[in-house]
Order: sequence, then structure tokens, then C-alpha cells
Amino acid sequence: MGIAIVLVLLVIGTVLFHLFSPWWLTPIASNWTTIDTTIDITVWVTGIVFILVNLFMAYAIFRYRYRDNARSEYEPENRRLEIWLTALTTVGIVAMLAPGLIVWAKIITVPDDAMTVEVVGHQWQWTYRFPGQDNQFGTTDPTHFSPDNPFGMNPDDPAGQDDILVISNQVHLPVDKSIKVILRSKDVLHNFAVPQFRVKMDMVPGMVTYFWFTPTRTGAFDVMCQELCGMGHHLMRGKVVIEEENGFQSWLDSQSTYRQIRAQQVADINTGKQLYAVCTACHGPSGEGNQNLNAPAIAGLDAEYVARQLDYFRRGIRGGPESGSQSQQMAAMAGTLADDQAVRNVAAYIASLSPASPDRTLAGNPEKGEAIYRNCAVCHGTQGQGIWTTGAPRLTGVDDWYLAGQLQQFRSGLRGRHPEDAYGAQMVAMAAFLNGEGAIQDVVAYIGTLQDSGSETKQLARGK
Amino acid sequence: MDHVAIADERGLELHEPASFITRYIWSQDHKVIAVQYGITAILVGLVALALSAMMRLQLAFPNSFSFIAPGDYYQFITMHGMIMIVYLLTALLLGGFGNYLIPLMIGARDMVFPYLNMLSYWVYLLSVIVLMASFFVSGGPTGAGWTLYPPQAISHGTPGADGGIILMLVSLAIFIVAFTMGGLNYVTTILQARTRGMTLMRLPLSVWGIFIATVLGLLAFPALFVSAVMMLLDHIAGTSFFMPALLSEGELTGHSGGSPILFQHLFWFFGHPEVYIVALPAFGIVSDLISTHARRNIFGYRMMVWAILAIGVLSFVVWAHHMYVSGMHPYFGFFFATTTLIIAVPTAIKVYNWVLTLWRGNIRLTVPMLFAIGFIFSFINGGLTGLYLGNVVVDLPLSDTYFVVGHFHMVMGVSPILVIFGAIYHWFPKITGRMLNDTLGKVHFWLTFLGTYAIYLPMHYLGFLGVPRRYYAMGDTEFIPESAQSLNVDITIAALVVAVVQLVFLVNLFWSLRYGKPAGGNPWDATTLEWQTPDTPPRHGNWGQELPTVYRWAYDYSVPGQEKDFIPQTVPPTEEESQEGTKP
Repeated sequence: MGIAIVLVLLVIGTVLFHLFSPWWLTPIASNWTTIDTTIDITVWVTGIVFILVNLFMAYAIFRYRYRDNARSEYEPENRRLEIWLTALTTVGIVAMLAPGLIVWAKIITVPDDAMTVEVVGHQWQWTYRFPGQDNQFGTTDPTHFSPDNPFGMNPDDPAGQDDILVISNQVHLPVDKSIKVILRSKDVLHNFAVPQFRVKMDMVPGMVTYFWFTPTRTGAFDVMCQELCGMGHHLMRGKVVIEEENGFQSWLDSQSTYRQIRAQQVADINTGKQLYAVCTACHGPSGEGNQNLNAPAIAGLDAEYVARQLDYFRRGIRGGPESGSQSQQMAAMAGTLADDQAVRNVAAYIASLSPASPDRTLAGNPEKGEAIYRNCAVCHGTQGQGIWTTGAPRLTGVDDWYLAGQLQQFRSGLRGRHPEDAYGAQMVAMAAFLNGEGAIQDVVAYIGTLQDSGSETKQLARGK
Repeated sequence: MDHVAIADERGLELHEPASFITRYIWSQDHKVIAVQYGITAILVGLVALALSAMMRLQLAFPNSFSFIAPGDYYQFITMHGMIMIVYLLTALLLGGFGNYLIPLMIGARDMVFPYLNMLSYWVYLLSVIVLMASFFVSGGPTGAGWTLYPPQAISHGTPGADGGIILMLVSLAIFIVAFTMGGLNYVTTILQARTRGMTLMRLPLSVWGIFIATVLGLLAFPALFVSAVMMLLDHIAGTSFFMPALLSEGELTGHSGGSPILFQHLFWFFGHPEVYIVALPAFGIVSDLISTHARRNIFGYRMMVWAILAIGVLSFVVWAHHMYVSGMHPYFGFFFATTTLIIAVPTAIKVYNWVLTLWRGNIRLTVPMLFAIGFIFSFINGGLTGLYLGNVVVDLPLSDTYFVVGHFHMVMGVSPILVIFGAIYHWFPKITGRMLNDTLGKVHFWLTFLGTYAIYLPMHYLGFLGVPRRYYAMGDTEFIPESAQSLNVDITIAALVVAVVQLVFLVNLFWSLRYGKPAGGNPWDATTLEWQTPDTPPRHGNWGQELPTVYRWAYDYSVPGQEKDFIPQTVPPTEEESQEGTKP
């Protein structure tokens, strides 16, 4: 008895939940309304079956509940009924499958006039490439991957020289234009997904995959990785900005081509040394830092990382009005660097300095810190050596008070909240779980025990 | 008599074990081995349950618990999934119920290879120990997700990529060895050791379900075995089966030319039949529960058998519906969407026949019956959402979202677990001679049934919204409203209630073992052979001196003109019946 009533209530409750819950497909922003239609058909067919079968079962349980003097009917089979039910089920299945297959045929047929954009994923960021003037992508190969060539471009391929490389997790695309998205991964499986576009596809190292869609409204949409790709899976975010053709073109024109990026690649350490003179007041003549001035040791940090941070300081991504006073001070100093070339030069000089071995200033239990650090090691390296693909800097040779202070800033919102600070956002999310008693001190203490033996040889190898 | 069952000889010495050790530890008796399998599976299941509670805590209250860092979370989801699917469900349904029920239901004294049967359990236990050991190695267990997709399963960026993944793969290989020993035994026993009169079309559906599931396992597990070996070689010996040229820690790994998608094909060639390895025994068992407690013959027995066979065959040609967005050739989408939706037809027939068995029955709402009805409801829900994910275009927005999590938990988590509980309440009296407590059973049922629905129904809607699965924390995401986070809190509360209620079940098991009402030989008035044993619990050799003879199918409930509302399979046909000719 009770169970029959509960079944009826569950059916009613499910229908009400379906009708009134606020969670449903996000408003669509692509041409694939046919996918939504197929979902609607499926909801109707399965909803009717769900209601009918369960209500019938509830009625049967109520109507034929146990009575001492009653007897079940003995009916091993009923051919006619079974054939009817099979036929009806088949009709329902066809009603869902047929539109599904028709839509699928469209999804896998890319229109001839579609423009192409390539998404290259790696742990745990997105980058993008456009084919440039010649409308043709240059060839790539994993053997070409390096900090200077993150796309693995074949330097000798003429088709690749005008390719536009977007080293940012944000990409702009034009509205109302068919777009073929070509997908590539440098390391593990990823999946490029924007819920409002409905379509998505895995990115597989060693092969190229694709999907296509036409954006139908402007706006900024979240990109999320939807194929488990390791510890930072949930941090692999980006944005697709859909805008009118004009806005898109001017954004695209402001991006650099492979040729331009190669042309500007030579960093001059000697010029950098002269520029560094300004820094010595706080960071010391050999980059050893000065705790009294809150200036951390910077000697030997990766050039890419230093250049990125200086760039952030110059553009207000770090050291803006919402950050701490030291960061604002640094932003003012970075503003004195004339241009990108100056940034690269001084970064190259700092990278060439031999790393400091700072004293331990904080208490903290390195053994407890080791368990925490394995969450950090995936980006910063097991030996704290830093890994260029993850964009994570070396941690050895950095002052413990500085590391602890930055972790506090990531937690309190003083650092990493700027929308363009893609790596900072990841640190904000990672630092969030360091909330136990002294967790920050413990992990910093463990980092203090690490010996980055490989760093020097790596620096040499990379110096080319 | 056209069939001589093994050991069917009067006065044969049955070699009943004499010492405690040979009776309960190194036992070759299928009933003891079944209980050993059952206890081990339930114990690892409790570990997996605790892991799921931790996951739910993190999802409801992100960053509140310092013992759930991102690495821990991914390790919890991986171990939870693998333990539940392989080491709990597969082991309990086939190693546990398969072992207990097959010889008793077909009228055999034991499995045909008792020594192999014993070995199967101990090798299974070894695989469990190896798996549990991965919690204690440096780096911890693997956090690659239960699907273990390379390259990430063996890459630096995944927790447990050193010791954890190796122990996982080794443990799986050992499990498959154990399963193969057990599985060959079950199949041979069902084909060779049925008692006289027990034709294939007189087998209870429980045996049919277990039989076909075992055949599926024997064909599917080798695919997992080879992929485990190949991945081990890729990881340890530097081969490139699944590994293309790729970067790890900023350097090329030296692999080249391998295909990550090859692994996915192998994995799902095992993984999809695995769904049915779990589902078919549950289908079979629930059919018998419904028929017995509704006092009515199972409706459409022959159709039910053919449906099990059809599902078994079709389950080998649908695997790539797990891979619609994997980057495989898009034309595969047409084929696999079609086969997947076709498999819904025999599955739907089974559901209709369960419900039609209730129709015009005389339904006793016992605890096993409540669980069976709970199963039908959960399975209808989980089965219908499968039609969304099976249809390739609908899968595009939903794949890798919480819709998938909701779907597979309803269809192959909640549904088979409800059957397992129902089956334990149903057969506990035969196994121990005592009834389980009814009140505790009802508390257990209601909170489990309603609680699981409260957990998983809302998840489907998070999936429609686009919330991805396997995310440690959502962080700030524009399209996900605040309300989704509060929904996560509600789901977690329901999950914790369901987890705690399982303690009621455990208490019931222990309490009833000692104080339960004595059951007698056939407390449910059932027809099948296991309820007709001379002793309860059945002694070594099951049948005393003489094997039973079977005269009728397993579903003679409420036969018109009979005084009782059930006729055991061992009762010879009445005069009336022999004139009509026996029923199927």
C-alpha cells in the first residue's frame, strides 16, 4: 500500500521537479537548436513512458495487494500483448533515433565556407591559432615544442609564417559565421567545451580532431575542459568572446603572427643588465632580495615567468588598486620599462643570475608539507624546479616568507583575481584548500628542503 | 533418464570437511566460498562508500576540509568507481550469488571444479589486497578516473602516476585471473551438472542471468587484461601502445606513434559488457523475487530468456557510445547510436514483464519485494536516461556532465544494489536458517530507496545545465548559478543519510544471525530447488543422499485447481497436468 502511494508521489514529484527546477539547458548561443529539439523529443517520449509504466505499476501494487483468500492469475505468456508492446517500444525508439541521426549527419558535415580556428590544449591552459592571410595552417610537430615555440610550429614551413598565435586562454570569434574548430593536445586528453554551443570534442595527443558551429549571439562564454586531464582538470578554463565581424577583425589584427614572434625573440642580456640597475635598490645587485624591503630573491627565475609578471605589473593585471602596497610599488617600477623588448631583456638577465639559497625564516613542519606539496608538484615539479608547459615558476631559491605571503595573497584575493591573470586564477583555486592550521607554513617548509639539482643544466640547455 | 548429474550416486562418500580450517577457511564448498566472496566484497564496498562520502563533502563544502586536497579528491573518485564496479558489484553478484545459487538452483552438489572455485576466491582476495595496498604507497592510489585513460593515467600530472597506477593495473589483472577461474566453473557447472529434469528452459531466471553474465565476463575481461598489460608496458618498459609523442613536465617522453583512442576501444569493449555483467544477474534475481513474492508466474518466461540472450549479444556491439566525443571517426556515431537504441527494446520488454508479473498477482509486500519494486522504479529511470546518452547528438551536450553521473549511478549503481539487498533479505534465511529483522529491513529500504533518488535525480539537471563531472571545485563560472551550489549541499545531505543507513543493514545482519526468527526450510513458499533442500542451511553436498528430480518449470505459482499457491519444481505432475501436457 505505502509503496504504491510513494510511487505515485515520486512520479508527481519528478514531473514537478522537471517543470519547476531552475536548472535546465543554458540559453543556446549556436546554430545547433536541432540538438535541443532532439532533447525535447526525447524528454517527451521518455517522460510519457516513465509516467505510464510507473503509474501502472503503482496501480497494480494497489489493486493486487495481498489478500488471504485471493489467488493470482496463472498466465505464463500472452503472445499478442508481448508483440504489441515490442512494436510500440520500437516506434518510440525510432521517434528518438531518426531525428538524432539526421542531426548527426549535419554535425559531421562542415560547410565549405567555414573559417577555421585551432585550439591547442595542454595541462592546464588553452591557446589558439588562426591560419592567417594564406588561410592555411603551417605544419607542426611535437619535436619543435619549446618555451619559445609553444605551438610546435615547423620553423621552415612557409605556410606557418603568417599563422596568428594567441598565447592566452581567451579567444575572439565572429558572430553568425560558420567556424570549424580544429583541436590538438600537447600532452593528455582534453575536451574543449562551451555549454552554450552544445557541441564539443576531445583533444587527443597524436591526432587532430574537430567540430563546427555557428555562433548566433554575442557575449563572453566560459570554456571548460570536459575530459579528466589530471590534477588541474577543474582549473582548465578559458573564454570565447563572440563579437561582430568588425570587433573580431580588429582583435585579430592586434595579435602577433608567428613571423613577428620569431623576429622579436632575441633577448639581449647586456641591455638587460643595464636595465636591472634600477632593480638593485630593492632586489639587490645579484638578485638576492631584501626581506626588510619586502623584496624577494629573484635570481635565476625562469625568463618566461619573470617577463610575464613584469608584463602583468605594467598592464595593471598585478599591482592594481585592489592589491597590496608592495605589488603597487612594483607596478610603478615595472612601468619604467619602455616596451616588451625591455621586459624580455631584463627578464633574460635575471634568469642568468645564479639562484640564491635563502635562509629559513619560518617554522613549519616539512613532513606535513610534503603531503600537501604533491598537489603543487604537478605544476611546479617534484623538485620545485618549475615546468614551462604549466607556466609554473621554479620555487627553489625563493624566500620562504615571500612564498607564504603570496599564498596568503592568493587566498585573500589580493593576487590572482584579475580576469586576465589566467595562471593567478589557478593559484587562487589551489591555495583555497590550504586552510588547516599552519598548512601554508608546512608546505613552504617542505619547499625549503627541495634541491633543484637539474636547474642549472636546464638553464644552460635552454640558453642555446 | 537421459542425463546423469555428477556425483549422483547413492551411498557416495561426500567428503564433508572435518576441521574448522577446511570447513570455513580453505573451504571448497560453494556455499562457504559464496559467503567469503560476499563478506570481502561488502567490506571493500564500505571503503568505497566512505570515499563517496568524502567526495560529497568536498562538493557541498568546497575547501573546508584540509584532508581533501585536489589530488585526494581525484584519488577518491577513481577508487570509489573501480571498487564499486569491479570489486563489489561484479564480485558480489557472480562470486557471491553465482556461487551460492547455481549449484542449489540447478540441483548439483557443488561446482564441478571445487578446488578451482576455492582458488578463485583467494586470488580475488589477493587482488583486493593489492588494490588496497595502493593507498599506502608513496603518492597514493591512482587518481586517473576509473576509466584510467592514458596518457594521463601514467603521466606526471595525475596523482598516483607512479606506484598507484601500477598496483591498480596489477590488481585488475589478478582480479581477471580470479574471475576466469570462477567464471569457467559457473558456465561448466550450469551446462554439465544440472540434475535430472532440469532442462535449460526450466532454469530459474537468476541462473540464466548469472550464466549469460558470466559468458559476457569471460569474453570481455580479456580486453581489459590486455589493455592493463599494454599500459603497464607503456609505463614501465617505454613501449608506445597508447602513447603518442607528447610532453610531460615540459619534455618529450620518448614515446611515439601510440593511440590513446585504442585504449578507449579496448577499455569499453570490456566496459560496456561490464554494465550487463552487473545488470543481467540483477535482472535474473529480481525476476525470481518478484514472481515469488507476487505469488504469480513470471510473465513471458521465454521472452525473458531471449531478452537476456539478445542483450548479451548486443552488449558487444555498443561500446563506442561511450566515445562519441572521443575523436573517433564520426561515422561510427551512426552505427553505435543505432545499436545502442536497439538494445533498449529487449530491455524494455524485461521491464514490461516485471510489471505484468505484478498485474493480477497477489502481492506480498515483504522486504525483498519492496526492494524489487524499488529496483523497477530506479531501473526505469536509469534506463530511460540511457536513451539520452545513447543518441549521439543528445550525448554531445550531456557527455562528461553530471547527467552521466546521475544516469550510471541510477542504472548500474542503485538498481543492482537494490536487487542485491532484496536478494540478501530473500536468501539470508536459507544461508543462515534465520530471518532478517523486518522492521530494520523496512527502515533500510525506505531511506535507501528514497535517499538514492534524492541524490541522483537532481544530478541530471545539473548535467543539463552543463556542470562538468570530475571537477574538484566549480570556482566562479558564469553560467552556473548560486542555486546549483545549494543543490550540491542538499545532494550531500541525502548521500550522507544513505551512507549512514547502511549501518542499519549491517546491524540487522549481525543481530539476526543470532536472534533472528528461525526460518524453516521454505519461508517464502517458493518453488525453486534451493528451498527444497533436506537441511537449512544446506549441508555439504546440498541434497543428502539423493539428488532432486525436476518435473516442472520454476514458476508454478497459483496454478488453478491446486490447493497451495505454489508447486515446488520437485513435485511430479498431477494426473490432470499429465493429460494436458506439462507447462513450458
